[in-house]
Amino acid sequence: MGLTKRIIPCLDVDRGRVRKGTHFLDLRDAGDPVELASRYRDEGADELVFLDITASVEQRQTMRAWVEQVARALDIPFTVGGGIRTLEDARALLCSGADKISVNTAALARPALIRELSETFGRQCVVVAIDARRRAEGERLWFEVYSHGGRRPTGRDAVAWAQEAEALGAGEILLTSIDQDGTEAGYDLELTRAVVERVRIPVIASGGCGHPAHIFDVLTIGGADAALAASIFHYDKYPIPHVKRFLRERGVEVRL
Amino acid sequence: MRVFVLDYGVGNLFSLRAALEREGVEPIVSAELPSKGDFAALILPGVGHFTPVAERLGRIRDRLRQWIAHERPILGICLGMQVLFEESEEGVGCGLGFFRGRVVRLPDSVKVPHIGWNALRVRRWHPLLEGIEDGAWVYFVHSYHPHPVDPTIVLAEADYGRTFPAIVARGMLFGAQFHPEKSGTVGRRVLQNFLTIARERWRS
Repeated sequence: MGLTKRIIPCLDVDRGRVRKGTHFLDLRDAGDPVELASRYRDEGADELVFLDITASVEQRQTMRAWVEQVARALDIPFTVGGGIRTLEDARALLCSGADKISVNTAALARPALIRELSETFGRQCVVVAIDARRRAEGERLWFEVYSHGGRRPTGRDAVAWAQEAEALGAGEILLTSIDQDGTEAGYDLELTRAVVERVRIPVIASGGCGHPAHIFDVLTIGGADAALAASIFHYDKYPIPHVKRFLRERGVEVRL
Repeated sequence: MRVFVLDYGVGNLFSLRAALEREGVEPIVSAELPSKGDFAALILPGVGHFTPVAERLGRIRDRLRQWIAHERPILGICLGMQVLFEESEEGVGCGLGFFRGRVVRLPDSVKVPHIGWNALRVRRWHPLLEGIEDGAWVYFVHSYHPHPVDPTIVLAEADYGRTFPAIVARGMLFGAQFHPEKSGTVGRRVLQNFLTIARERWRS
């Protein structure tokens, strides 16, 4: 036995409420982060990722409040991302009980932020999120990093950026394929493989999951350490125990 | 029952506090370690870097010795367990030396830090492991692990690159390399067992 592959549901939170789908038909309040988090925990989620998508800065005050409530209820690790720009933003969330924080646009704008976070809080709680899109130039396929929630191209190469993030002190990479995100057609295995082969920290694959077989592929062919998914777990389509049994039957070590 | 959680001033103790509250105990979190007096147990949490934490604890070594002399249960979690040993490859400075041995880095053959769920292999039964089955999953986040001189203190091990101690115990001194407060039902049980041990001693 050894380290298991992790299955990580992702929840988008807007002004303290979970968005995208109602997830479970029998929940009293499907928009409540605490209820959903507890439900996923009971089903066997290994970790949770919350992305705060609240647009306005003023309303971000709500973030600490729901993070605290989640931390009070949850006995598995969780990551919080979205709009973290400074050490103080990170400190507030970590002190509210988040185990890890995830940075994206702010780290692209000022890569030293990764080092500061790592030196202040330890690299184990610093997740660098990378959103990337395929680029074909002649024969060459590469992956371009996008900032601002996948809207703005940066010209950076995703593999090089992942390596730089690792060197600066990232503890994990959360790698999302913009091309695959929302398609439910499967993860971008080439993107995942490309990054996994070039860094020595865990890689969480994201974007495109629509079936347990996609998770199997990204954990084996893609080489990812963890698979993040959202819609697959909605409406009890493929509950977590089902996904984990599917993986275990095919020889992937999971926590069941 | 009151349990003291020592705050080294470096990080997130919210989860640990919440986990203790879920068990109905009253955690007192402070940077100043009191004499054992009113507390049934002490927890050294698992956040920070070896050198500053060891330095800080070194200053209150005598007070910690009193807790041990009176067999008041102490649980070190992750780094809080590592500082109970003599020294660490993570940095300079002396650990508390309550356990003999060094803290060493995980091998380069695996990704470090070791982040995620790994299985416990039970080596020796102990009340701390009541209800914990061989192979139970717990959550690890660490780059270093202790290498005890005395192998009999190891209650459970885990495998990652090599076999390392996941739970150690001697007398009323306990250490866990994983995070019980983040290890779901299994972690909760370990914490409950520790609190049961503390409660029994508190009454006697």
